[in-house]
Formats: sequence, C-alpha cells, structure tokens
Amino acid sequence: MGVPDASGDLSSEMEVDAFRRLFPLRYFERHLSESVRPDARPLGRARDTTLALGAVASAHGSALAKIGSTTMLAAIKMEVMTPSTESPDEGCIAIDFHMPPICSPIVRPGRPAEAAPVISKQLSDTISSSGMINLKELSLVSGKAAWIAYLDIYCLDADGALFDAALLSAVAAFSHLQIPIVSLNDDGKIVVILEEDDGTKLEKEPVNREKRKLTLSSIPFSLTCILHKNYILADPTAEEESIMETLVTVGLDSSSRLVSFYKPGGPVLAYTSAVQDCVALTRQRVKELQEILDEAISGMEID
Amino acid sequence: MEIDRDHGRSPSQLRPLSCSRNVLHRAHGSASWSQGETKVLAAVYGPKAGTKKNENPEKACIEVIWKPKTGQIGKLEREYEMILKRTLQSICILTLNPNTTTSIIVQVVNDDGALLVCAINAACAALVDAGIPMKHLAVAICCCLAESGYVILDPTKLEELKMRGFAYLVFPNSVLSVLPEGSSLVEGEPMENGIITSVTHGVMSVEEYLKCLERGRAASAKLSDFLRRSLQSQLSNDSSKAA
Repeated sequence: MGVPDASGDLSSEMEVDAFRRLFPLRYFERHLSESVRPDARPLGRARDTTLALGAVASAHGSALAKIGSTTMLAAIKMEVMTPSTESPDEGCIAIDFHMPPICSPIVRPGRPAEAAPVISKQLSDTISSSGMINLKELSLVSGKAAWIAYLDIYCLDADGALFDAALLSAVAAFSHLQIPIVSLNDDGKIVVILEEDDGTKLEKEPVNREKRKLTLSSIPFSLTCILHKNYILADPTAEEESIMETLVTVGLDSSSRLVSFYKPGGPVLAYTSAVQDCVALTRQRVKELQEILDEAISGMEID
Repeated sequence: MEIDRDHGRSPSQLRPLSCSRNVLHRAHGSASWSQGETKVLAAVYGPKAGTKKNENPEKACIEVIWKPKTGQIGKLEREYEMILKRTLQSICILTLNPNTTTSIIVQVVNDDGALLVCAINAACAALVDAGIPMKHLAVAICCCLAESGYVILDPTKLEELKMRGFAYLVFPNSVLSVLPEGSSLVEGEPMENGIITSVTHGVMSVEEYLKCLERGRAASAKLSDFLRRSLQSQLSNDSSKAA
C-alpha cells in the first residue's frame, strides 16, 4: 500500500500495516490532521471517475461507471406493457440494484446484501423526484401501450460510495438508451421491428420513428461524504466507510436544486455549516460528473 | 378535538400527540406513539447474548424488525429498517453491553402520514422503557414543502400526496445538564440543532431545505418537551414493572 515512508525498509512497512489494522481510527486521524488521506487524496477530492457507454451490446442502453475501484454496470431493457388506468399516457421505470457475492467479502452467496434494497429504493426515489425522465415520453398508444424500462444495476466491485456510482451509471445508461422501433400489426398489437430490417422497406409504418431518444431534463448527480469530527471526506472508500460511520449523501440536479439530502443516523451530528460544506462539495462534483458524462456521450457520437 | 389543516390547523401545528409506555406485558420495553391518526407500536427485547454475523462484537448490536399493517415487507420497509437501525445506533451507548443484540420490533397500527417519524419516536420511547443505556433521546419530525414554497409540519397522508417535497428530520432532544450555559455549544450552535438523520423526497432548493431545518428544529423543541413530560409522568407509577 502506498504509505509514504522515507526509510522504506520492510520492517517499518510492516509496522505501518500493523498499525493500520490494529488502530484503524488513529491511523486515519493521523492522516487527516495532515489534511491528506491514506490514498494521497486531499479531503475534498473524489476518486478518478470513468464512464463507458454501451458496455452491454444486447441491452437497449447501458453504461459502465467506475469511481476509483467501485464499479457499476447498468443496463436498460425496454418492453411494451399496457399502462395502468390511473395514468393511461405514461410509461414506467422499474429499477433494481444487485449486489452479487463477487462485489465484496461482506456479501455471502445465498443471502442478499442488506444494502441492496435500500440503494435500489434510494435510486428510484432520486430518479423520480428529480423529474429527469418525463414518463409521458414512454407512451406509445394512449391507454393501450407504453414502454416499461427495466433498469438493472450490477455492482461488480463495492469499494465505497455505492450510491454515487450506481446513480452515475443509471443516468449514463438512460442517456445512451436507444428506444427500439415498433409498429402496429394487423391485430392492433405492438410488435418490435428488428434492427436488421432497418435497411429494407418496412411493411408497416413505425409508431415511434421520431421518438427514439429520451430528453433528460435535469440530470441528478450525487456525492457521498463522511463526517468525522470537523473533517469532511468526499467520496469515501469501503475502508473509510467501515471506520468512520457517519455518511451524508447529497444529490443535486444540473440546475443545483437539492434532490436528496440523505443522512441515515451516524454518531456525528450535522450542523448547518456541515450541511452547507457538503452541498458546496457536491456542487463542484456535479460539474465534474456533468463533464465526464458529456465527454462520454460525445465520444459515442464520433464512433 | 382532531383539527385537520383543512379545518384550521396552522402550518406549524402538530397533530395531537400521545405516548404510552409499558403497553405490552411480555416485552422488556414497549411504547405506543400516535400523531393524529398515525399510530405505531414498538417493542424492545434485549440485550440478548451474542451478535449477528458481520456485526462488531465489541459493541452492542441493534436489530430493527418492521412489521407493516398488512402484507409482506418490501423495499420501502427495508429502507425504514435501515434508517431506524442507524438512527437508534447513534443515540444508544453501544459500548456498555458489548456482544449483545437488542431487537426492536415496530408494528404499524395505522398510517396517516409521517409514518417513519412516528416509528422513530415510538422506538425511542420503547428503548427508554426497556432501560437501554442512551446518550440522549431523538425526536423526529416531518417537514413538507408546499407548491408555493411554504413549510408545513406533520402532514397527514392526503397532505403528503399534494406536496412538492418533504424531509424527515431527526434531532437530538435538548439535554438538561448541570454544565454552565454555552458549554454544550458546537460551532456556535446548540447540540440539539445537529441533524441525526435526514431523508428527503422531491426537488427543493438548498435555501428551502435550510428553511425546513429551521422549522423542524423549532418544532422538535416542543416535541422533546412532550416526550420528556410523558416519560417523567409515567416514571412515578412505574414501580409495578420492577417487581
């Protein structure tokens, strides 16, 4: 591990590692007092973030997001359904978040991770309350047919800030989403026209020739911070999350409105100044993430 | 007695509160808490020996089981369980009973808005009844943001549907201490201003959130007085339980 040590011989290396395991909190506090973290990041800096669109060829929209080594794979599959009678001209989105045993030693095969349903719920809350997707755009024939978007997010490596990475991959998958072309058949049913038929002449007029991309109005991004004493650590790793337990997740949309301020308990109380500091850190981070997303989208267009 | 906001409840007026402790015979501690028509029953069993897997055996473990009014528990209830667990962990003194598990069972009796908040208050009163060591109490409040930007407190289910956004906030209750005035200030703010838990839904500006915080704090002072009064009044006629 990259612990800076001038002497660098093996014995002192062992001591640092032992110290880290035996007194994890003191180990971190020694770093924090020097305004640096064990992975050489300043306190307010998030880890390097990469985004790749179209990682799953068989899905209608997909993305792979990495924040540090936290990796999330999101894929969207579109299906036609009959809309409910309460909202006949709206489609719907079903979000599921999976944590397979591959992602972390805490998850054991056979029993689902405790965090998974919570993150799944948080994701659907954030996406619906931000109003990023206009559900009316998912309608095909009012009262008869609409799209249901199945968004599945798989956590491949859980190294902290799971919600941030999951939200980023979800948002990226939606911006990559290409809605399949459908047409009405003789019985008045909706049928999907396969991509290969595109070149040949279509027998039936497609229902949705123009509406193949969703317009994403205000895109939400989030940043998780750890509060510890007076320190605020942005984008924690799994090790940091297990040692310092007070987590705050702030979600802001592209016009800087608050989509979510999520603090589930924790021994440290958040005062107004901490709230404002977390929001300020998130503002910066949203700009970074917006650039990363724009870059990934423009990269796709060149291809 | 029940006054609805449509029938003249002011924006920051809470619904009638009621809290009774020691309502269940077999539990180590129990309480029922109601805010208007919303009512939650909480029971505490423990501390029992041993902790579950993946929990730190050097500390007491807290387990929350959420029982909805009907049906199976879903994602929403799992989230509530997690929020309750983390909130209660932060107010209990976990190092006093290491390697033990305390179970809190929350039974929803009736849901008419502000359910999570009601459950947190009920669980807190039940923990007091069970004599679990705690740093301080927690008081929970639900703030709603209406379309026009004003804040209303403690919504009913109908009101919740009409709102643009809402925030569930949990604050520590005001501590009565012998320390001189101002010694408990943290960064110029009294301790009870710190947020233990915050969950928001819907879009709001940062200023609106801060406004919710301010209104929530003001109301939590009243709630914490109510909690203290109701716990103290029951303490005197409580000796039968000890026997």
